[in-house]
Amino acid sequence: MNWIAIWVTFKLASLTAAALLVIGLPIAYWLAYSSWRWKFIVESIVALPLVLPPTVLGFYILVAIGPHSPIGRFYTDLVGHPLPFTFEGLLLASILYSLPFAVQPFATAFEQVDRTLIEASWTLGLSKAKTFFKLILPLSTAGLITGAVLSFAHTLGEFGVVLMVGGNIEGVTRTVSIDIYDEVQALNYAGAAKTAAFLLVISYLVLLLVYAMNRKVWAVWPQK
Amino acid sequence: MAAEMIVDVTKTFPGRKSIHASLRYPVASSTVLILFGPSGSGKTTVLRSMAGLERPEAGRIQFLSRVWLDTDLRINVPPQDRQIGYMAQNYALFPNYSVAGNIAYGLEDLTLTERQQRVREMVELFQLTGLEEAKPRELSGGQQQRVALARAVAPRPQLLLLDEPLSALDAPTRLQLRGELRSLLKQLALPSIIVTHDWAEALTLGDMMAVMSDGAVLQMGTPQEVFCRPVNADVARVVGVETVVQGTLVDAREGLATVRVGAVSLTAVVEATAGAEVFVCIRAEDVTLELAGAGPTSARNHLQGTVSAIASLGALARVTIECGFSLVAVITRSALTELALTVGSSVRASFKAGSVHLISRQ
Repeated sequence: MNWIAIWVTFKLASLTAAALLVIGLPIAYWLAYSSWRWKFIVESIVALPLVLPPTVLGFYILVAIGPHSPIGRFYTDLVGHPLPFTFEGLLLASILYSLPFAVQPFATAFEQVDRTLIEASWTLGLSKAKTFFKLILPLSTAGLITGAVLSFAHTLGEFGVVLMVGGNIEGVTRTVSIDIYDEVQALNYAGAAKTAAFLLVISYLVLLLVYAMNRKVWAVWPQK
Repeated sequence: MAAEMIVDVTKTFPGRKSIHASLRYPVASSTVLILFGPSGSGKTTVLRSMAGLERPEAGRIQFLSRVWLDTDLRINVPPQDRQIGYMAQNYALFPNYSVAGNIAYGLEDLTLTERQQRVREMVELFQLTGLEEAKPRELSGGQQQRVALARAVAPRPQLLLLDEPLSALDAPTRLQLRGELRSLLKQLALPSIIVTHDWAEALTLGDMMAVMSDGAVLQMGTPQEVFCRPVNADVARVVGVETVVQGTLVDAREGLATVRVGAVSLTAVVEATAGAEVFVCIRAEDVTLELAGAGPTSARNHLQGTVSAIASLGALARVTIECGFSLVAVITRSALTELALTVGSSVRASFKAGSVHLISRQ
């Protein structure tokens, strides 16, 4: 098994999930509580990575961060090297690619918090921000964990976006799924089978965790 | 500036009757205003507007010298800054906090010692000792109600707003807590506004009463005034109890009570342990009229009197009889003709002991 690829993959997936936990919360909060009439436009944009072919998303990200775009030039001036085919570029692409997997469970969890509880908090003098941290967030833990775990698992298996934006650089951007593809191309079926089985087991365990957590029947997260 | 509450709000809902309610009343340290009306009359919307949780399209709300809402001046004080205690119909207890945590929730500005002290006071006042660490779901309905009330009053608000505070309870608990709530409100010396559709609650708890129907306030007054002297047929229909007089409980045995109203003695069925001073309530449709000198009936109460007023209600007539107090009966027009009743006629009014409702105000 290619342990370097596994390390890169887990690093990418963990950082993506962590970043989405930070970026996804305000977006989800806004989606859950805004009464703006054109909100659905933003909702559709957030959901776009669900239906878009990864190569299409990867292509646009590549163009957007490439040396001919203002963003790409700004980054190159700032850091000294271009963003495509680096781990940072790959991370950015993964965050965008997994955005709906984090934001949608977060927003659903926020929406499920009883409105009268939020109003009670307001009448007790707590600002909207304090109400969020003292009440809404603690009542949404299951949704937060679901979103983080799903975006982690989704990043584990990404292929098209990685190939477009990250390329296939050993130790930097070669992830497990690319490694499996390489092994098959080299007719090394035994190596591919081992890595594939590894990814299958990990993905299954992650989903097992998510579904177990969302079962109301069990007190998986005892309210303490 | 007079110590007053002034409300004048307009709010429309798509597909529902719009609300245009105005009321104004003097506020003393422990005045309890009842917002009374059937469901859908707009009373909860008015209460939520006072709390700042509902935003009326137009109007003004002023409490004492503070303007909470003035759409002309674009003033809308958020609920956080109104210094109110608000209790929703479902109590809205925070499931992730204990009883003590719920009570302490609104006390962020206090120091830790002050906060603990205040929580202890509330726990004691609301008889929650031993339940401090319990989670809301482990509590009975009555306990939940007390926690919600304790949480609302813990930050020492200027005004307490209660939305149907007793409706989520079962009947026996409701009856018991009705009396408790009254003494608590008096003890707290906090002006309150209570939404209810239960006339017994209105009489037990209220000092002032606003009757609402179809989004408008139809009448303001003391509960007794409103019940006995409804300004029009709509109010009479909404309140549903026409005779409310003060009485003294003189004797109670075997579930039957003797109540003295002025010079008249009435027999009533005792529903709960009542204090000595009670409101005696009789619905007009429970009163039957017969000509003086008729034979015995199963009704326990027979009062001799004279007709002092007759008002037409379409197929029905509303007859007021002076029989030591003013008693209202509603009878059909044909009965009125048959008995040949006119103002000044002698008549005998009868009603069963079960039709006499005693409301304690201790």
